[in-house]
Amino acid sequence: MFSLQSGGLSRRSFLKFSVSAASIMGLPYASGVKMAKAAEHKNRPPVIWLHFQECTGCSESILRSTHPDVDSLLFEMISLEYHETLMPGSGIQAEEILHQALEKYKGEYLLVIEGSIPSDDNGFCKIGGKEAYSMLKDASKYAAAVISIGSCSSFGGIPAVIPELTNARSVEELIKDKPVVNIPGCPPNPYNFLSTILYLLSFEKLPKLDDKKRPLFAYGRVIHEHCERRPHFDSGRFAEEYGDKGHRLGYCLYKLGCKGPATFANCSVQRFNDVGVWPVSIGHPCIGCTEKDILFKREISDHIRIHNQTPPNFYPSVAPKKKDKPVDLRAVAAVSGLAGVALGAGAVMIKKLPDEGDDNEEK
Amino acid sequence: MKKNRRDFLKICGISALSATVPAAANASNKKVFTDNEDFSMLYDSTICVGCKACVTTCKQVNDLASEQGKFDEENLWDSPEKLDSNTRTIIKLYKESPEKHAFVKKQCMHCAKPSCVSACPVSAMQKADNGIVFYDKDICIGCRYCLIACPYNIPKFEWKKPIPKIVKCDMCKFTNFKHKGITACAEVCPTEAILFGKRGDLIKIAKKRIKEHPDIYINHIYGEHEVGGANCIYLAGVNFNKLSFPNLPNPSAAALSENIQHTIYKGFIAPIALYGTLCFVAFRNRKSKKEGDNEQS
Amino acid sequence: MSSHKEYEILNRKIITPSFVILSILTAIGFYFIGVRFFEGIGAVSNLSDAYPWGIWIAYDVATGTAIACGGYAVAILVYIMNNNHYHPLMRSAMLTSLFGYGLAGFSVVIDLGRFWNMFNLLKPQFWQLNSIMFEVAMCVMTYTFVLFLEFCPAIFEKLQESENYGLARLSEKFSIFLDKYLIFFIILGITLPTMHQSSLGSMMIIAAFKLHPNWHTPILPLLFLINCIFIGYSIVIFESITSSFKFGRPYETSQLAGLGRVARFLALGWIVIRLTDLFVRNQLMEAFSFDYYSVMFLIESGLIILGSVILMSRHNLKSPRKLFISACLIVLGGGLYRFNTYIIGFDPGVGFSYFPAFGEFMITVGIVSFEILLYSIFVKIFPVLPAAHKNEAIGGSNV
Repeated sequence: MFSLQSGGLSRRSFLKFSVSAASIMGLPYASGVKMAKAAEHKNRPPVIWLHFQECTGCSESILRSTHPDVDSLLFEMISLEYHETLMPGSGIQAEEILHQALEKYKGEYLLVIEGSIPSDDNGFCKIGGKEAYSMLKDASKYAAAVISIGSCSSFGGIPAVIPELTNARSVEELIKDKPVVNIPGCPPNPYNFLSTILYLLSFEKLPKLDDKKRPLFAYGRVIHEHCERRPHFDSGRFAEEYGDKGHRLGYCLYKLGCKGPATFANCSVQRFNDVGVWPVSIGHPCIGCTEKDILFKREISDHIRIHNQTPPNFYPSVAPKKKDKPVDLRAVAAVSGLAGVALGAGAVMIKKLPDEGDDNEEK
Repeated sequence: MKKNRRDFLKICGISALSATVPAAANASNKKVFTDNEDFSMLYDSTICVGCKACVTTCKQVNDLASEQGKFDEENLWDSPEKLDSNTRTIIKLYKESPEKHAFVKKQCMHCAKPSCVSACPVSAMQKADNGIVFYDKDICIGCRYCLIACPYNIPKFEWKKPIPKIVKCDMCKFTNFKHKGITACAEVCPTEAILFGKRGDLIKIAKKRIKEHPDIYINHIYGEHEVGGANCIYLAGVNFNKLSFPNLPNPSAAALSENIQHTIYKGFIAPIALYGTLCFVAFRNRKSKKEGDNEQS
Repeated sequence: MSSHKEYEILNRKIITPSFVILSILTAIGFYFIGVRFFEGIGAVSNLSDAYPWGIWIAYDVATGTAIACGGYAVAILVYIMNNNHYHPLMRSAMLTSLFGYGLAGFSVVIDLGRFWNMFNLLKPQFWQLNSIMFEVAMCVMTYTFVLFLEFCPAIFEKLQESENYGLARLSEKFSIFLDKYLIFFIILGITLPTMHQSSLGSMMIIAAFKLHPNWHTPILPLLFLINCIFIGYSIVIFESITSSFKFGRPYETSQLAGLGRVARFLALGWIVIRLTDLFVRNQLMEAFSFDYYSVMFLIESGLIILGSVILMSRHNLKSPRKLFISACLIVLGGGLYRFNTYIIGFDPGVGFSYFPAFGEFMITVGIVSFEILLYSIFVKIFPVLPAAHKNEAIGGSNV
């Protein structure tokens, strides 16, 4: 086994990474230590990474992680058997490695899928002469688990938008007999993926998932519920146009089309590129890239409907407000009319009634 | 002659009725209605920070819709201004000056002698043995007498629905209280401004707080005695009138109403006696008239 | 056998101009009733959480039943005092009562939010005996049925003339039965309104903190009871004179004078009790303070006093014109008292106000028009109105 120290990563840094990975997932400190132990295991767990109809943005996202950085990940933590972007080789020998890995690590390897897959063998996506769908089927047959990284593999992404020329599908629509974890996002935060991998390796089970197979630790809350601009929303302070006063003052971007209220993700908390930015923080509304019904389906400028409304920042007063109800003129007219008719009829009657009674009376 | 008898009988009847009523009126405040074992809530206005978590959670737990404010074209917020058919509890703000303000939580007071329960003709409003005053829409006829009767104006009606019901706090009797033994608002309150427990214990806590901090609290537990006492009691740092709590005397109006009604109708004696008397008078008059006719002819 | 000569069928056309107008008003009212059932009470009315009861309760139920107490008031004279002098007025008063209470019940069904549960009132497991409204509801339902029974003699009288022999014989049998036993139902029909009319007053006792002290008092039941009786006599006077005027029949001033005497006595007595009660509760000063509530109190009392005072003179008691004026004043004043107790004097203190909405008002107008319409049809079909020739007291008849 490589010595961590010889690889340049001090044990201290490594433990720090493990603990921070655990804390992202909301796990206690002890789990971080366990994760570190798992990573130190003799046999770095094999990972096979397949690319299909994708832009490679998800891989790029992984490349920008710093804890762990990619070389620590590749050389010390996992055994990345096959990755078309990162592996130096290509051609027949590279494909051979893939087949050998699939054979050798039967039942052990983690299969990571990036990109959507055409649902039949229609020739739109072929690698090494093989149809994407067949590749996926073969590869997933003996996988321990399948992780869909990115929105394309999680729910179809941009290739699945109408007119769906390639009949693009997500992994979970095509693979039914293996545990699938979705890590949507366009691209997703690399730490969502890395924490999930580490959890799988350490505890040998999937983290808690929501009904869309997304890990709850990252996709358990909507952006609206943990956004730093929420007080502006609650107080009714909105940016109405890009560059206006509200925009420059950092007001809520709901009116510019922010999909935060309907988007389950942790961008506002985890943030990107280790410099603490995410789209809203720099003034662009959330586009809901983790949500199948929003990404590329709703216009960015569309206002999303708010469910689960909460009270605004202002308070109703204890003093009851005098209701300025507009007087119903028809009612007043009707009442006055009727009163007038009654009085009139009464007056006419009174005039016409005799003032003298009958002479024939009993008493 | 007939006129005199008629008038005389009328005077008798009126005097008899008016003699009984004052006696009944005085009998109203004899009984004690509060029970130390009833479930109660203590709200301390000086601790409340106005976060409205109770309002939001109550709506979620009890499946209530949001209220769209007039200013809110896109329906972004839930902005009730007062209790209504979608809002069982609300936080209101009393602002005395830029430096001094107080929050107040409004909801059903869960009176010890509830006027709504007394008024309801079909027992749709009921008081449970544990003190919770709750509503059963399957019995309710929608007469809204409970709205008339409640001295705090709590029950609300769904005016806009063809199939309406009454809405008011029921201490989560069928929701949070049923599953977790505590009201949702008390459970979620981050500052423990809302305490849930037995009335006796909460009164003790309230008295202790007043005793230990006479500079902070008004020396009055609202709900301890008003209209016979309530299970939702309040502590505040400002006068309760300013928090729009009405000045209510101890005797419950429900007790007064019931006393008068039961005095008049006790055992159904009076109606039966009236019927009997009327029969007697009617037949006697008829007989005497027949005799009078016979004499004449 | 009943003396069919005492009452007669009014021989007039059913379709008249007023019939048409009343039908139109009824139709408009029924349209809004439809809206109420499809879109909810709030869609047609201005009722709110602050003012949950409006004109449907204050007028249709509280005042409308008082106006319908003509039957009750006259029945006391005719059947308890056995004064057949007023007997000719009995059936028309009874019919008005029947329609008044029937349509009050109809108004209640419209006003009830969950009317389909109203049959729960008939299930003992739901009876809440502390509730005043429960007692009112049970009494009114029973009384409406009794009123219908009391009207049956008129129906059977008509059916006896029927060409269908079997029907005529059956009606005759029922008439004989009713002749003997109706008196017990009639006396029940005097007991019941005594109970529920006073309870209509008791209903507002529980709103002690929201009803202005000018009206809230523990003797509300007593006040409402006497109020309904003098309104009852006054409405009989009103209705009798209006019928005679409209249909060109002689005015029954001999009976009406007697009723007027009773009404004036009760009304003035009521005023005395009212003032005494205000004095005992230390409310007298405030009642004369000329604020909004004081003015309403003064108007209601003033109307009643004026109406009663007019009837002090012998001449006025026999004058159709003066009788009519007084009856109107007393009914208006007495009715205003009930409006004051239910709506105008009621203030829950949350800054709301109430004025009926157009639809809400037209529903009441429609129901009243319907009642007048039915009355004018019934008197032309059944023997209800007193026979036109001179009424000596025809002995022996109980109905």
